[in-house]
Amino acid sequence: MNNSVPKIRIRGLSKSFGSNHVLRNINMDVALGTSFVVIGGSGSGKSVLLRCILGLMTPDSGSIEIDGHNILTLPHRQRIAKLQQIGMLFQNAALFDSLPVWENISFALLSGQHPDKNKVSRNEGKQIACKILEQVGLNSSVADLYPDELSGGMQKRVGLARAIAAKPNILLFDEPTTGLDPIMGAVIDGLIVDCVKKLGSTAIAITHDMASAQRIGDQAAMLYKGELIWQGPANSLMDSGNPYVDQFTHGSRHGPIKVELK
Amino acid sequence: MDKLSRPLAFVAALGRMVLWGVQETGTLALFALQGIAGILYPPFYWRMFFQCMVNIGFLSLPVVALTALFSGGVIALQSYTGMAQYHVSSAIASIVVLAVVRELGPVLAGLMVAGRVGAAMAAEIGTMQVTNQVDALRTLSTNPIKYLVSPRLLAATLALPFLVLIADILGVLGGFTVSVIKLGFSTQGYIAATYNAVTSNDIIVGLVKAGVFGFIIALMSCYNGYRSRGGAQGVGAATTAAVVSSSILLLVFDYLLTDIFFAK
Repeated sequence: MNNSVPKIRIRGLSKSFGSNHVLRNINMDVALGTSFVVIGGSGSGKSVLLRCILGLMTPDSGSIEIDGHNILTLPHRQRIAKLQQIGMLFQNAALFDSLPVWENISFALLSGQHPDKNKVSRNEGKQIACKILEQVGLNSSVADLYPDELSGGMQKRVGLARAIAAKPNILLFDEPTTGLDPIMGAVIDGLIVDCVKKLGSTAIAITHDMASAQRIGDQAAMLYKGELIWQGPANSLMDSGNPYVDQFTHGSRHGPIKVELK
Repeated sequence: MDKLSRPLAFVAALGRMVLWGVQETGTLALFALQGIAGILYPPFYWRMFFQCMVNIGFLSLPVVALTALFSGGVIALQSYTGMAQYHVSSAIASIVVLAVVRELGPVLAGLMVAGRVGAAMAAEIGTMQVTNQVDALRTLSTNPIKYLVSPRLLAATLALPFLVLIADILGVLGGFTVSVIKLGFSTQGYIAATYNAVTSNDIIVGLVKAGVFGFIIALMSCYNGYRSRGGAQGVGAATTAAVVSSSILLLVFDYLLTDIFFAK
C-alpha cells in the first residue's frame, strides 16, 4: 500500500439533526500508526464524529476513507470488512451484562466476525481472553466474573481487552478516562499507548481530559461547535497559540468560548 | 376563514395521526421481516436460542400451570351454577374442555408470558440500547437484530405451543378435579364426556394460536425494547408499551383466528 495515503482520511464531513449542525465540513487525516486526539467541550460533536467513522451514523455529506476507500460508498460486504478492522472502547465500556468477562472479550472471535474469519472454540476463546486480560493488567481469575462485579477501572480494562481482541488495525477511544481517578486514568492511558504500539494500530481518541490527550496523542485537533478549529502536535496543546484551544486546555472562564447556560 | 380553521385543524391532526400510524406499521413490519430473515440465514446464535427457550418455555411453566389449573376449576364451578337450573349439568365436561383448549389455554398462557417474559425482553434489550451495548454489538460486526431479536422470535413461537399444551392438560384437570370432588360427578362419565366433546382440530387450532401469540409477544417486546431512548425512564416506558401492545394484539389476533377457524 502507498504510505502517502493516510490510514484514515475525512473530507467535508457534515452532520445535522434538524437545524442543529453538529459537524460542519470536517477535514482530517490520520497517518498510519499514529494516535490522533480530538478534544472539545460537551456537545461539540466529538461523539458524532466517532459514530460516523464507526458506521453507527450516516453523515449528511462528505467522505470517510480507510486505506483510500470511502467506506460510505463501498458495497455492503467490503464496508463490513473495513469496519471489522476497527476496535472500539466506549465511554462506559458498554460490556454485555449477560455475558462473563471472557465471553465479552472473545465475542468477535467466537462468532468469527473479525478480519481472519476463524471461529474459535469456547475453550480457545477463554484461553485467548485470559491472555488478553493479562495484557491489560488483570488477573485471569476475573475471566468468569460478570461486568457488574467489576469496578469502573476494571470495566474500562475489559472494554480495552475486547477492543484489541481481534487485533484491529484501527482503534477508537471514546472518553477513555472519564469517571476514573487520576491514577487509574494514567494507567488506562498507559495501557492504550502500549496496545496501540504493540498492535501497530492507528488510533483516534476523543477526550476532554488534557493530561490524557497529551499522554495518548501524537497529533491533536479541537472541535468547537462542529468545526475543527485547530490541528497540531499533541505536545503543543497547552501552548497552541489558538485562543480557543488555550482557553479550553487551561480551563479558563475568560476567552472566546462562551458557556451557554440553558 | 375562522369558520374553516377549526375543521381544517381537525383534518390536519387526523392526517398526522394516519401518517404516524402508517409509519409505525411500516417500521414494525420491516423490523419483523429483519427478525424473520435472521432466523433463515447464518450465523445462527444457538446458545441465545436455547437460553430463550429455557426462559420462555421452562421458567414460565409454574405461572402458566397454576393459572390454567385454577381457571379450569373456576369454569367448572361457574358452568355448574348456570347449568344446574336447566338440568344440563352433564354438559360441564364439554364446556370446560372446549373453553380451555380453544380459548383459555392459549389466551391465558399468552397473557402470562406477555407479562413475565415480554416485560423482561423489552427491559433487557432497552437497557442494552441505552447503555450502548447494542452499538457495541455493531462495532463487533454483529447484526443486533439477528443476535437479539431472531432467537427470541423463534424461541417464543416454538415455546408457546408447548406451554399451551401443558395449560390445556392442567385446565381440563382443574375442571375434572372440581367436578368430581366438589360437584360429585362420576370419574368415568366426566372423562368420557370430555373425550367425546373435544376434537383434534380444537387442539391443533389452539396450538396454532399459541404459536402466533408467541411470535406477537416476542416481536412487540423486542421492538419496543429496541426503540428505547433516554435512560431508565425510556426503558420503563418501553417495558409498559411492550406488555400493553402485545396483550392487546394477542386479543385482537385471538378474535381473528377464532373467526377464521371456528366461525361457520
